[in-house]
Amino acid sequence: MRRRPIIGTSLAVVVAMSLAACGGDGGGEDSKTVRVTLVNHVWTENIKKVLPEFEKQSGLTVEVTQLGEDQLSDQYNVKLNAGSDDLDVMMYRPLQEGKLFAKNKYLADLSERVKSDSAFEIGDFQAGPMQATTYEDNIVGLPIITEQEVLYYRKDLLTKSGFTAPPKTLDELKAQAAKIEADNPGVAGFVARTGKAAAVTQFSSFLFSFGGDFVDASGKATVNTEQAKQAYAYYGGLLRDHGPENISTDMSWSEAMAIFTQGKAAFYTEANSLYKNATDPTKSKVVDSVGFAAFPAGPAGSKPYNIPSWALGVNDSSENKDNAWKFIQWAAGKEQALAQQTAGVPGARTSVWANPASTATLPKDLAEANTVSTANGVGHDRPLVVKVAQAREIVGQPIVDAITGKDAASSADTANAAFQKFLDDEAK
Amino acid sequence: MSAVLTPRTDSPEAPAASVDTTSAWSRWANDHRKWLFAAPAMAFVAVLIIFPVAWTGYLSLTDAEGSVRAESEFIGFQNYLDVLTDTDRFWPAVWRTVLFTGVVLFFEVILGMAIALLLWRPFRGEKWVRVAILLPLVATPVAVGMMWRLIFDPNIGMANQLLGWIGIGPQPWLAGQHSALPTTMFIDIWQWTPMVVLILLAGLTSLSDEPQEAARIDGASSWQRFRHVTLPLLMPTVIVAVLLRGIDALKTFDILYATKGRGGGSFHEVETLNVYAYGLSFDYNDYGVSSTVLIIFFLIIIGVMWALTYRKKGLGR
Repeated sequence: MRRRPIIGTSLAVVVAMSLAACGGDGGGEDSKTVRVTLVNHVWTENIKKVLPEFEKQSGLTVEVTQLGEDQLSDQYNVKLNAGSDDLDVMMYRPLQEGKLFAKNKYLADLSERVKSDSAFEIGDFQAGPMQATTYEDNIVGLPIITEQEVLYYRKDLLTKSGFTAPPKTLDELKAQAAKIEADNPGVAGFVARTGKAAAVTQFSSFLFSFGGDFVDASGKATVNTEQAKQAYAYYGGLLRDHGPENISTDMSWSEAMAIFTQGKAAFYTEANSLYKNATDPTKSKVVDSVGFAAFPAGPAGSKPYNIPSWALGVNDSSENKDNAWKFIQWAAGKEQALAQQTAGVPGARTSVWANPASTATLPKDLAEANTVSTANGVGHDRPLVVKVAQAREIVGQPIVDAITGKDAASSADTANAAFQKFLDDEAK
Repeated sequence: MSAVLTPRTDSPEAPAASVDTTSAWSRWANDHRKWLFAAPAMAFVAVLIIFPVAWTGYLSLTDAEGSVRAESEFIGFQNYLDVLTDTDRFWPAVWRTVLFTGVVLFFEVILGMAIALLLWRPFRGEKWVRVAILLPLVATPVAVGMMWRLIFDPNIGMANQLLGWIGIGPQPWLAGQHSALPTTMFIDIWQWTPMVVLILLAGLTSLSDEPQEAARIDGASSWQRFRHVTLPLLMPTVIVAVLLRGIDALKTFDILYATKGRGGGSFHEVETLNVYAYGLSFDYNDYGVSSTVLIIFFLIIIGVMWALTYRKKGLGR
């Protein structure tokens, strides 16, 4: 029996069907959609509520992908490395990934678009945050959220222990934490992040307030200066002596915040942008007693960080840059910036900060703390390098060593040598 | 089509003429159809297995970092030299990988065997017990990790509250530098013992009753029947279970990531080879070194697979 010559025909059909399947809206220049990747954040929740307004006025459809911080970072790593064009607008962390993304040319240069739009008013953005989203004189992102570190505290516990005001200095913080802990068995005097990398950003305000920094003006590692050693010993010692009973060295903000909002700690230093976790009755047991204060002063004064935590950028491989820019124009524009700040998310626009309405809905003491922190703030909360994650692990080691009772000063010396080698390698 | 298939009767040359009208491509395709049908599978293997492994092998010989699209330099076996002499992160990670795999395998096989023997004979409520035992297996490992992370939270977790009720002080569980690895092993054993139960139970139910009967008539005790009859007959199935779980345990990532996060904790206390390679890629963007670790890891897995398969063949003879 003869073979039926059907194989060639079948293959041709399969190929034709495959090619036909490749059609559709690929998000090119004529696309009516814009694909936006956002992180889980109050800002994102706020913006999602008003997206229909943008879709109506622009005629575009917004496709939102929302991820946790780590997952967002991993997705960028994979997709941007592969040169994928299915990301248009990216919410990213200027201080964490900004340099890496810009160096790898993942972020489109928005300078021309920004400067040609007078209504957007680029001069309205604070200088520090704009510096963090500018790479080699090109604007590669627009800051949308800023953060300052403040002191969260329990008013009721302070009153019970006879204190009339929250601590103004780090010495007072330690004394009040010790007294409250002694007066209230089962309640820690102080809680904060303890994870090696996670703690670095919040530890930075302690470091600055003791007069230290991660790197000096000439670019040399400075995590073993006398000031830095004191800061490590203070932060680690405070958590070791007055932290939660079974303290771990893995806590990020979510674990530390859970301890505070469950009523198991008196003081907590954290970013102001997370305040709603403590004032939302569905999340917090201390809604009625939570208070906010400016970061306590150390030997060098009160020097909390004041940083741009999130920005919007455009994927350089996107073929949909015009629509991506339309979204950023709207989301980072004056109107949305005011709405976000009024809803409790601090932004980077000077005009919004100058408008009393923008902070009218915040708790009064938090608004005051924000004002102080913004005035005294330092523009970074981690080493400003390309491989930030690796640098955080190095400079964070003395924090966990101090918490676990090891010699913080000797650990700082070891960390400094490793950090200097890291800086030298990166400079090559 | 009928013109092609139906032989024409007006001329004896007709069938040959109809074949001539078929294109050369169709005839070639017809002659090689066994290869053409296998082509999609071969392409699948090439694209999804051979290419990534080859690409990883190539990256391991370069100093690629930051972006895999950026220019990188061919540096030969320098990465291998660096990694194999790294006693700070690499060798501790190898040790943890071996320890984790060995301990969980040991307990999963012992517990799996015990539970499978209990479930072997019918009993009242058997179905419910089987469902309950298999429940951990159907949960996503990341969700399992998150759940145990909450239970084992040293301050607000349920585990320490339960211990408190029976008068035992709080334990650090996942938070402790030395207790974290054993705790993750416990979670893995909790989740994957049911899989071993499933495999061994399938093996047990397929065994013939006659050798058991003979041993019983000869007066062998339960232990003697298990030791000298059941276990030797079940050995090939045990090796299959060890092979499957062993490879899986070597590669464990999600439970470790979900419970201790990146880097396997602040002191890298649960950092296995997989977690280490992930951190090198996704945190440090050090693709050259990460690829080197993955290639070495790949070779270790191939070696273990070969050793176990060889042992299984030996038992099968």
